[in-house]
Amino acid sequence: MCLAVPVRVEAINNGMGMVEFGGVRREVSLALTPEARAGDYVLIHTGYAISVLDAGEAEETLRLFDELTAAAEAEEAADQRPAGEGSTDNKVSAA
Amino acid sequence: MTQLEGYRDPEIARRLVAAIRSTVRDTLRVIEFCGGHTHAIMRFGLRDALAPSIEMLSGPGCPVCVTASSDIDQAVSLGSRPDVTLTTFGDLIRVPGSVESLQEARARGNDVRVVYSALDSLQFAREQPEREVVMLGIGFETTAPTVAAAVLQAQREGLRNWSVYSMHKLTAPAMRAILDAGEVAIDAVLGPGHVAAITGWKAWGFMPSEYGVSCTVAGFELNDILQALLLLARDAAAGVTRVSNSYGRGVTEEGNRTAQALMQQVFCRSEAAWRGLGVIPESGLAIAPAFADYDARQRFGLPALPEGPIDAEAQRGCRCGEVLRGIRLPEECPLFGRGCTPVHPVGPCMVSAEGSCAAHYRYRRVAG
Ligand code: SF4
Repeated sequence: MCLAVPVRVEAINNGMGMVEFGGVRREVSLALTPEARAGDYVLIHTGYAISVLDAGEAEETLRLFDELTAAAEAEEAADQRPAGEGSTDNKVSAA
Repeated sequence: MTQLEGYRDPEIARRLVAAIRSTVRDTLRVIEFCGGHTHAIMRFGLRDALAPSIEMLSGPGCPVCVTASSDIDQAVSLGSRPDVTLTTFGDLIRVPGSVESLQEARARGNDVRVVYSALDSLQFAREQPEREVVMLGIGFETTAPTVAAAVLQAQREGLRNWSVYSMHKLTAPAMRAILDAGEVAIDAVLGPGHVAAITGWKAWGFMPSEYGVSCTVAGFELNDILQALLLLARDAAAGVTRVSNSYGRGVTEEGNRTAQALMQQVFCRSEAAWRGLGVIPESGLAIAPAFADYDARQRFGLPALPEGPIDAEAQRGCRCGEVLRGIRLPEECPLFGRGCTPVHPVGPCMVSAEGSCAAHYRYRRVAG
């Protein structure tokens, strides 16, 4: 119910943003995000943009993934411990 | 966003899982508040992938599941008026009341329409000026501002045949009710990302300050969730208790100020009945007196807290109440997968894709 999906605002007309969403072009209300500009990515929930996504933060998180997992891997290598794997991989990657 | 692949990359996921395993010494008990997280966790198989390092408990964060059967009953009787068209968000239509669901009432002839957005409900009202169109408003802080914006739009347009039956609820009072009841022991909270997009991540600061439990606000992609769990694991290992943000691209410290202001203008806090949790003071959002014309309760003379059972399905053996409070797994309900399936749900937790029972049923079966 609280799901919101990221979409790109292509154009803005009269407080409504034109977006493409699941292969369909539709209008969403920008009443809750008046700061949104054409080209921004927004989170859409029940026909309204609820948040303008921060592209810088999005990159930052991806960088963080590397950092976090690199530290753990270095530790593991030092420990010479196997990384709890087995069936785990299949299930997670099956997603 | 354009780089969504990174958030879904299975190789990154594998490494995050390994990092979590090497960080957690004992078992970390984490409650995910939000039904969207429950659904994602089951879909990605994370419960099994992370056991025994992380034990995931599901919280009450599915607005469909926590809607009281007394509210469904009242909505059904409102919809039985010949001049009323009810509009509702998807899954609510299948939630059992004490006698029937809105879907069953529709089969009897009530005019009930499923809408994707409150904007669609406004459109029905414009197109059918002779009918009373009522929006059944459900949802937490994520959804309430969208309905608030629709109320203001109705007022601007001077729409006279549209109103809201508000069952909107606030997340923090429910979380408090669960922790105050002391039935469930948790080490950390996976905070609801899209609620926090509105409230700001700071709003979850009461978890460390009042309950001594860490909370990190998380997104909904595979690696969003894993990264958030790793952060909670690291905090626990370091003995740190704090609130943090693991969803930087969508959530800020202060949240969406515009949406907060609209909510404050249109709603006021009220008592609300929650399935599984009972009546919680100040946990609901009623339409503020200044917007009484758009309040279906005022318009049709309905009580704020309808009489009748809050969880009528309990009499049929349903354990949703305990599932919603995080003290019982769906599989532990004797009806799970037997008398109760997504096609024939006994309780609300089996209705919505984000209900714990439905999420467990669907993905347990697929995983075999
Ligand atoms: S499996 Fe069905 S009956 Fe059992 S708790 Fe879940 S919804 Fe209720």
